[in-house]
Amino acid sequence: MSNSVVATGVAEPVVVAASAAAPAGLRSELRGSTLHLELVGDWRIAAVAALERQLDALPLAGIMEVMVHTTGATALDLSGAWLLHRLELRLRAAAIGLRWADGLPEPVQRVAATLGHDGDPEAMAAAARVAAPLPMAAFGREVVAWMLELRRGLEFIGRTQERFNAALLQPRLWRPISIARHVYDTGITAIPIVSLIAFLISVIIAYMGAQQLLKFGADVFVVDLVTVGVLREMGVLLTAIIVAGRSGSAFAAEIGAMRLNEEVDALQAIGVNPIDVLVLPRAVGLVIAMPLLTVIADAVGLAGGALLCSFLLDMPLVQYLQRMDEAIAPTTFWVGIMKAPVFALLIAASGVYRGMQVRGSSRELGRLTTVAVVQSIFLVILADAVFAVLFMELDI
Amino acid sequence: MDAAQEPAIEVHGVVNRFGTQVVHDGLDMCVEPGEVFGIVGGSGSGKSVLLRTILGLHRPQAGAVRVFGRDLTRLRDRELREIKAGYGVTFQAGALFTSLTVLQNVQLPMVEHLSLDREALDGLAMLKLRLVGLPVDAAFKYPSQLSGGMIKRAALARALALDPQLLFLDEPTAGLDPISAADFDALLIGLQRQLALTVVMITHDLDTIFRTCNRVGVIVDRKMITDDLQGIVANPHPWIQSYFHGDRAARFGQHDRAAQPDGQQHGA
Repeated sequence: MSNSVVATGVAEPVVVAASAAAPAGLRSELRGSTLHLELVGDWRIAAVAALERQLDALPLAGIMEVMVHTTGATALDLSGAWLLHRLELRLRAAAIGLRWADGLPEPVQRVAATLGHDGDPEAMAAAARVAAPLPMAAFGREVVAWMLELRRGLEFIGRTQERFNAALLQPRLWRPISIARHVYDTGITAIPIVSLIAFLISVIIAYMGAQQLLKFGADVFVVDLVTVGVLREMGVLLTAIIVAGRSGSAFAAEIGAMRLNEEVDALQAIGVNPIDVLVLPRAVGLVIAMPLLTVIADAVGLAGGALLCSFLLDMPLVQYLQRMDEAIAPTTFWVGIMKAPVFALLIAASGVYRGMQVRGSSRELGRLTTVAVVQSIFLVILADAVFAVLFMELDI
Repeated sequence: MDAAQEPAIEVHGVVNRFGTQVVHDGLDMCVEPGEVFGIVGGSGSGKSVLLRTILGLHRPQAGAVRVFGRDLTRLRDRELREIKAGYGVTFQAGALFTSLTVLQNVQLPMVEHLSLDREALDGLAMLKLRLVGLPVDAAFKYPSQLSGGMIKRAALARALALDPQLLFLDEPTAGLDPISAADFDALLIGLQRQLALTVVMITHDLDTIFRTCNRVGVIVDRKMITDDLQGIVANPHPWIQSYFHGDRAARFGQHDRAAQPDGQQHGA
């Protein structure tokens, strides 16, 4: 540490091992109308926050000239130089002269040359304005994007339909191995979770039904509630929601990652239609797997109802089966099961479509995977409502 | 003062094994402060593994890695973090965070390691971006909106965010056109001289090696052969011979050496 400026005589920034860091500082001394600033210690990025405060606090009133002595600094990196450059701009704005006692340090020179002498903050503000448009413009863009999105969705459905038709005529285009893999991934591996959920839901229905119906002594109708509820609605709907969460997201993420990796472009370049290899096998696989899963969900649901009836209502299995026979029409099971392929198509379509939309960044991948799940669950419930109205009109 | 003579990086007897595959078997490497050190090796010779080992991302089965005299393999996480703050690293594909703008990418190390106000953050990040030759409007773009060359530059800007003394570059010029690659080399030489950086880079670009490197380490037979440029070119090892005197090397290397003024890159 020194009171004279030429103590160590290190003009160049020197390499010091990371451990040896001298505390950075600033000494100011007013001689006449000249403010002498002496830099001491390591003017490195670690000290920038403190040094910035010190520089901002400098009393500049009534000063004609600032003289900067840099030889006391043991290191001056670009961040330190940036502070000096900022000081230079500030002094110029206040029409105060600046002189470098030991010559203009090279890093400051570089910073000045890099940033240019005009006000960089304005250029930044201008660029930021372009990045964040006005609210009205943003709204307009949103609407246009939405319309384009609708168009793209329709286009995708059309193209897929076209490829499906082509595949129908050419058995060569079927990809049995790929389809089998998707039946396994979306169907077989989902059996445990679908069974568990179906069991729990039928237990909930039976329990709630029993609580209410026991008041009227109509507890035998619990069986109606469970069997009709599970077969017509709950079995297929819950299966669809679980499949949407498991497989809809998986479709979107798989295909999205392939897009990010340019694998989809590679397919196209090889002359393979991505719809043939990526979209159709998934859609067909899921359309096969979903009804099968629904059958399992129905069976487990009915078994759960039987179990709860025997515990809660002391109803023997024979009576449960007999009552079930009376409660359900021949159509009850089919009404539920025929919705499964439709739901499967909706889930596969939104998963695959969102995956194909992924472009550029991993954030897009996450966002579109979420969109795929939310959208497929929404579509499934919407379709279920349409089915409900339809069946009521048809009186099934 | 004895700290100044200490090598910046010292790798001693490193062994890296993956299953039965031995990648490094007693590899030694030494990088002096203030030099540009090139790492060269065939595909699968473990260049990236070596880099990951030096960065502390991978713990070797045996051996020591000393950075500024501190053995990485024996440090605690907190100390390792401190050392890592003094590194600048660029990865092969840029590895910019896609959910952040370029400016935010450069600010991330600053935000994590320092407590700066908004003005200093913006100013310093912008300085680094301009330093690597990116225009102002690129700062507000997302990585997906940039070209390959701009991504490399943005990655370098992020590596320089904390004004590191030690810079690691993994194939910095791969995928760039020759003009951009030459610009990148010039930029690197300029920065390295001015900021007294120590640079370790993996590269296959012979132009870059001849233009920027002081010394080269070649990974052959699971070990490293280190020499200065003239020495390594004259090394009798068959792989090194074919690397520096193969068809492509003959064209590129001679052309390059003829074009460059001597003494700049061959000097110490």
